[in-house]
Amino acid sequence: MTAFGMRPPAPGEESPPELLSPGAVVDLARERAESRVDEVLDALDTELVGLTPVKARVRQIAALLLVDRVRARFGLEAARPSLHMCFTGGPGTGKTTVAVRLAELLHRLGYLRKGHLVAVTRDDLVGQYVGHTAPKTKEVLKRAMGGVLFIDEAYYLYRAENERDYGQEAIEILLQVMENQRDDVVVVLAGYADRMDSFFSSNPGMSSRIAHHVDFPDYTAAELEEIGLLMLGREGYGLAEETGPVFRSYIELRRAQPRFANARSIRNAIERARLRHAARLMATAPKVDLAAVTTLLPEDFQTSRVFAGG
Amino acid sequence: MRITQGTFSYLPDLTDEEITHQIAYALDNGWPCSVEYTDDPHPRNSYWEMWGLPMFDLKDPAGVLMELNECRRTFPNHYVRLNAYDARYGRQTTALQFIVQRPANEPGFRLTREEAADRQVRYTMHAYATDRPEGERY
Repeated sequence: MTAFGMRPPAPGEESPPELLSPGAVVDLARERAESRVDEVLDALDTELVGLTPVKARVRQIAALLLVDRVRARFGLEAARPSLHMCFTGGPGTGKTTVAVRLAELLHRLGYLRKGHLVAVTRDDLVGQYVGHTAPKTKEVLKRAMGGVLFIDEAYYLYRAENERDYGQEAIEILLQVMENQRDDVVVVLAGYADRMDSFFSSNPGMSSRIAHHVDFPDYTAAELEEIGLLMLGREGYGLAEETGPVFRSYIELRRAQPRFANARSIRNAIERARLRHAARLMATAPKVDLAAVTTLLPEDFQTSRVFAGG
Repeated sequence: MRITQGTFSYLPDLTDEEITHQIAYALDNGWPCSVEYTDDPHPRNSYWEMWGLPMFDLKDPAGVLMELNECRRTFPNHYVRLNAYDARYGRQTTALQFIVQRPANEPGFRLTREEAADRQVRYTMHAYATDRPEGERY
């Protein structure tokens, strides 16, 4: 049944790319430039403030994949590294943002075929009745193939208090795919550090299949200020000269208060300052110029209840 | 007798790699894929059993291939085919459909003649495989 001969075999398709001789020298810098990985890494550096350990780890991974590619050209067989990861850190420390960048980076390096990110939570994976979980989890996994599956607050998948919880089933399917289809999908689990630890201790199989545990540190006050300025700049706002110290002391005070969510709190503060800024303009100035609509004054922050002691 | 229906049916069976390329083509066109199986090879049997639901929002062929292989593993001696559906308004039809697995031994069809009124003869086809009950055919 194979002798139809309707398609002539494409010439050269079968022959593998020529291997380099053992004495050959490869220009790593050129390889690097060709993969255009530096664009992503530079964007990571300039657009994300702080996060030194995270950036270091991402650079290491990029370097490993690049060197692996060179090794493959010498004909050295190496198993594809497992890149499943766990991101731990407080709220608002940039876990999702880094995951998006990571997906793009892995795509550029040829590790992922598509490089898209599918962000899910327990709701998307776990079903509501018997037999509902497996198809649901598989559907999400299929959607994520060729890219990164980002599971936010992964510890909710496992509920220790209810042994009949369907979350266990979702975890088993995840583990299976993480092991068997490592080439197709990278799974990133994210969550708060302490809860992730207890999640891993009750799911040792999950822990051992994750090669990279990356911890996202909380931001310092100076980093938060830098983040705030970046956010303002992106939205076309600026601080008046005398607003700078007020903004700084706002961050100091807000950091000490409960439910502080790092960059997310800063974003919310800026949103509220924008509201006050607009209301102030409406109330006081009948005519405005560009400077007036783009500059936040101290009172836009000072009227916050953070300054009133919570 | 080798069943020929759907695209590529006069070609040698596609390898997994070739199937992957075809799936990628379908996905690039925005056609969701689905997997179907049957053990009734009659050409007029258009409604094959669905293997799960159609797969929407997929970006990469690996997901479709995973379901395909699972279906093949569960029904190693059935016909399995892959559908790609074009949902665009104005088309809304199957855009690509091909068989990805067939039983090792396909017994083929018998021609049945039926004597009707006025010495008319009606012809019909009967698949030898369907002499046995469903699930025991191949």
